[in-house]
Amino acid sequence: MIRFDRIGKRYPPDITALADINTEIAAGELVTITGHSGAGKSTLLRLIPAIERPTSGSLLVNGQNVGGLRRSALPYLRRNIGLVFQDQKLLFDRNALDNVLLPLEITGFPLKEAKRRAEAALDKVGLLKRARALPIALSGGEQQRLAIARAVAHRPALLLADEPTAYLDAETARDVAAIFLEFHRVGVTVLAATYDGGLFPGARQLRLDHGRLA
Amino acid sequence: MKWIDAQRRALLLALRRLAATPLNTLLSMLGIGIALALPAAGYVLLGQVTTLAQGSAGFKATPQLTVFLPVDAERKTALDIEAKLKAEPAVAATQLLAREDTLARMKSSGSLADAIGVLPKNPFPDAIVITPADDAPTAIDALAATLRTDREWRGIEHVQVDADWARRLAAFIRLAKTGVLLLASLLGVGLLAIVFNTIRLQALTRRDEVEVSRLLGATDGFIRRPFLWHGTLLGLAGGLFAWLIVAVAILWLRLPIAELAGLYGIDLLLALPGPQASALLLGTAALLGWLGAALSIGQHLKNME
Repeated sequence: MIRFDRIGKRYPPDITALADINTEIAAGELVTITGHSGAGKSTLLRLIPAIERPTSGSLLVNGQNVGGLRRSALPYLRRNIGLVFQDQKLLFDRNALDNVLLPLEITGFPLKEAKRRAEAALDKVGLLKRARALPIALSGGEQQRLAIARAVAHRPALLLADEPTAYLDAETARDVAAIFLEFHRVGVTVLAATYDGGLFPGARQLRLDHGRLA
Repeated sequence: MKWIDAQRRALLLALRRLAATPLNTLLSMLGIGIALALPAAGYVLLGQVTTLAQGSAGFKATPQLTVFLPVDAERKTALDIEAKLKAEPAVAATQLLAREDTLARMKSSGSLADAIGVLPKNPFPDAIVITPADDAPTAIDALAATLRTDREWRGIEHVQVDADWARRLAAFIRLAKTGVLLLASLLGVGLLAIVFNTIRLQALTRRDEVEVSRLLGATDGFIRRPFLWHGTLLGLAGGLFAWLIVAVAILWLRLPIAELAGLYGIDLLLALPGPQASALLLGTAALLGWLGAALSIGQHLKNME
């Protein structure tokens, strides 16, 4: 599903974020990326939906060379990927349901079907009763679960999560990680950057050290 | 999702955004309305003056020529000349003014009645008023020259071209039209600037939303759509304000203007903008709103890359 072939990423003037990354992630796998702060975990994840482009090597996602994709093709790549960001990137002037509806509107679902799917996604993360609440009224754990619901509502085959449990207490972090494990069990490929690989039992672990796979 | 559904959703979103900042929305619409009202009023007024100049409302602005025969010419001569004139391709219509009729009319016009009454005989000649087929100044001058110099028309003593004031009116209308066009262009640019700035502020306020939408796979078209509706609705509402301003001004001024025009023998009652002028005003305003929004959001998205 995803193939990194001698991937490198450098930032000017002379900062190496990633170097010589060679690995493959198969469909349906659960993979965690671990490493110290600044090891390149987030950068590696951001390459997959082409939020950033590699400076060397080739990255194939479902057979498509992401590095060579034209800007106009990016939306269609990203629609097949569920993204959970470290800072969640929720829209605070929309309620929970409208936040989850957004990717479904973007993907082009009819309103009725979009609403059904959004409610199902909220139900899956235990937030259906809070569908009309604004994100500001949700706790940190609920906000993270809302971000997951938004990422999975359009049922992508690949779910990327960047430190999804970073600001959560231990119990909430376990609850959130359990949601990812549940999606993995139903066949979704999950790739999560995390400081604590232990939250995702059974996951294959990729360890990054100063931008290189250890 | 069908195209129409996507447009409907974007329209609803734009309406929600407009309603979320009612004071800003109202002020923008008023700004656009006032900017458009001036050229719209000029357009409506000029349309009615042009109609007036084309001969309705008991007022004839088409240039004419009058040929005068000698005072002692026989009526048969006048009738012969009129018949010959009617056969001329350069002549559209003629009207014989018999000298007796002219005398009677002058006697009935209060101020000259006494002076004319003491004259021993009728001082007026027979005259023929000619409406030329082509009212271009060069054609009228050519016809006048022929009538003055050609031997065929030697029965005519004097040719008078009554076109000068009509030319002045036509020149004034042309100048006013150019002025209205210039004003409309300038204020149209003003409208573009108002919408451009409003949408730029909207886009800045919604920067996070735009960024998140892009990350979730939104095309630029998807992101642009509600902003384009926003601009179009602003323009349209501004156009409606402009229409209302013009309508109120016309209703307010129509009686004093009619009274003033009546003193000059002109029957002029200003009318509200017709369906064609209204559609032109609203369509242009909406189009300019759309264009301002398209320029603004296009530049914003480019800057965000």
